[in-house]
Amino acid sequence: MKHLFVGAWRYRHFILSSIQSEFRARFIRSRLGGLWMIIHPLAQAAIFALVLAEIMSAKLPGLVNDKLAYAIYLLSGMLAWSLFSEVVGRCLTLFVDNGNLLKKLVFPRITLPLIVAGSALFNNLLLFLAILVVFGLLGHVPGVHVLWIPLLMLITLALGVGVGLLLGVLNVFMRDVGQVVPVVLQLGFWFTPIVYTTSVVPEALRPLIAANPMTTIVHAYQNAMLLDKSPDILALGWLVLMALLLLLGSLIVFRRASPEMVDVL
Amino acid sequence: MNAVALHVSGLGKAFRSYRSEWHRVLSWFGVSEHPVAEHWVLRGISFSVAAGEAVGIVGQNGAGKSTLLKLVTGALRPTEGSVHLGGRVAAILELGMGFNPEFTGRQNVMHAAGLMGFAKRSIERAMPEIEAFAEIGEYFDEPVRTYSSGMQMRVAFSVATAFRPDLLIVDEALSVGDTYFQHKSFSRIREFQKLGTTLLMVSHDKTAIQTLCNRAILLEKGRAIKDDLPETVMDFYNALIAEKENQSIRVLEHESGRPQTISGTGDATVEDIALFNAEGERVELVNVGQPVELRVTVQARNAIPRLVLGYVIKDRLGQYVYGTNTHHTGQSLEDLVPGQLIHYRIRFPMNFGPGSYSIAIALCSRETHLANNYEWRELALVYTVSNLDKPVFVGTAWVPPTIEVQAQ
Repeated sequence: MKHLFVGAWRYRHFILSSIQSEFRARFIRSRLGGLWMIIHPLAQAAIFALVLAEIMSAKLPGLVNDKLAYAIYLLSGMLAWSLFSEVVGRCLTLFVDNGNLLKKLVFPRITLPLIVAGSALFNNLLLFLAILVVFGLLGHVPGVHVLWIPLLMLITLALGVGVGLLLGVLNVFMRDVGQVVPVVLQLGFWFTPIVYTTSVVPEALRPLIAANPMTTIVHAYQNAMLLDKSPDILALGWLVLMALLLLLGSLIVFRRASPEMVDVL
Repeated sequence: MNAVALHVSGLGKAFRSYRSEWHRVLSWFGVSEHPVAEHWVLRGISFSVAAGEAVGIVGQNGAGKSTLLKLVTGALRPTEGSVHLGGRVAAILELGMGFNPEFTGRQNVMHAAGLMGFAKRSIERAMPEIEAFAEIGEYFDEPVRTYSSGMQMRVAFSVATAFRPDLLIVDEALSVGDTYFQHKSFSRIREFQKLGTTLLMVSHDKTAIQTLCNRAILLEKGRAIKDDLPETVMDFYNALIAEKENQSIRVLEHESGRPQTISGTGDATVEDIALFNAEGERVELVNVGQPVELRVTVQARNAIPRLVLGYVIKDRLGQYVYGTNTHHTGQSLEDLVPGQLIHYRIRFPMNFGPGSYSIAIALCSRETHLANNYEWRELALVYTVSNLDKPVFVGTAWVPPTIEVQAQ
């Protein structure tokens, strides 16, 4: 396991410059470039807000009087979800897409997921700042608990990389994984209280939603950004443990699979 | 100088397939799942290369050459045996790997050198030299998508060889760009060699192997069957291919790198074919207009009712230059018995333009090979026409003119 970290450290310049050039690549041929990374989730939130606001806002407990609460609620959840789904989605096809590179060049393979994690985190930070600006324009100034967000982002990132790396390795050997996961991710979005609140969910489905680790994260985001409340520390603690175990597990699988990965690419 | 640069012992690579991929996954965790099939592409390879040596790896397609290089670089992990390296390795397995067409040459150089593990500062220090070596001028700061493939190769080669490695591994990448740049890259490799870099290269180019290497290893079906001086190994390699021709293998790789197709029932076969000059000496290089004799020996393997020999001379691009057969000339043979030998002597003046030509031979019963095709042998003979004493001309035909010039 040690050589994974040594390799990553030796290639730190490469990782940083790759993240940088990935960002630069977005700006080269489209005028708004990287801004699209922010515009897409904002636009999606706006659409949901427009379509569902009337139906949903009445059902947000404690926020009945705040007309804009739903939009803020949505954006908080989407901030968390977009980080998770970007990392999982990109890790999923990471090794398959870079097959030729892996076959012909020798470099620490761990750099690839690190580049994805780094650039996704950077995108997410930009989105976070953009959301704060939108909040400001809507007249909502988040409280001090918004400072939880960077930590929550790291937890989300760890969870995303843990899941994504595992699936990405499996996808090299079983390409069906690459087809199934996007569907599952889509389903996951709707099984997380992002566009709705847990209170509107039928009683029978609630345990299912509570079991979703992303529910805990999304709740923590919503608490921090909308309700100015600290997250449920116990639930978060369990989640951190789970994310770390998942990360460790996926690194072990990654290391065991490495020798055979190039054989089937 | 006598330190070991590369030591390979008992190296083997097998590609494994499992009953299902889940069994493969289980096998990573020590659950003893035996693979259903193991396909060995390389086995029992052992050799040692001293620092400063230049070793060529030769062999037919699928012999395991590229697999061996990938194992040495570490891109592939060996199934058995080990590779021990004495220093930093640089491999040119494919030029321009990981280039982003939207970025400039300079940015791509940063990225590619980063992939090789160099820190930003040392890349920046080497940048002026890389730019100078590529010689693409202003284009160095233009997006790579605007480059010609030759320019892309120039940049790729420059960055791949920007830092002198202890072991340089090259896979067929030397036919880069135009002749000028080819010479330039050859001399850079020679320069590296002088400074003590060990070279390991795969090539089908006989001259590249013979000029750059002082040793060659011949791979055949995943095993090293010859390890000797380049010339000895190349001769052995050619003999190996020739032996296969007699075993009536249908598609061969001709020594020129082109595939050679031999088809037919085998009822009659070409035993020997050669080109002779007027003095009766065997030639492969013929002067324009020189009279030659094509001698073909055919053996009937079974009883054949009728035998027609056809030949066609093709230029480098495979275009027919001239062809005819013994049906059209009224010289077909009838009722041949098994084992009977027939000698054909075809005399003609070599009224062709300078270039490389090949002769294909057809043995059949009629004027076309559609019925009773006994043997159709492409690239039965390859020879070169050179203009040694005629006025300069172009084209595939030698049509000597008489030119009258009147200046008033």
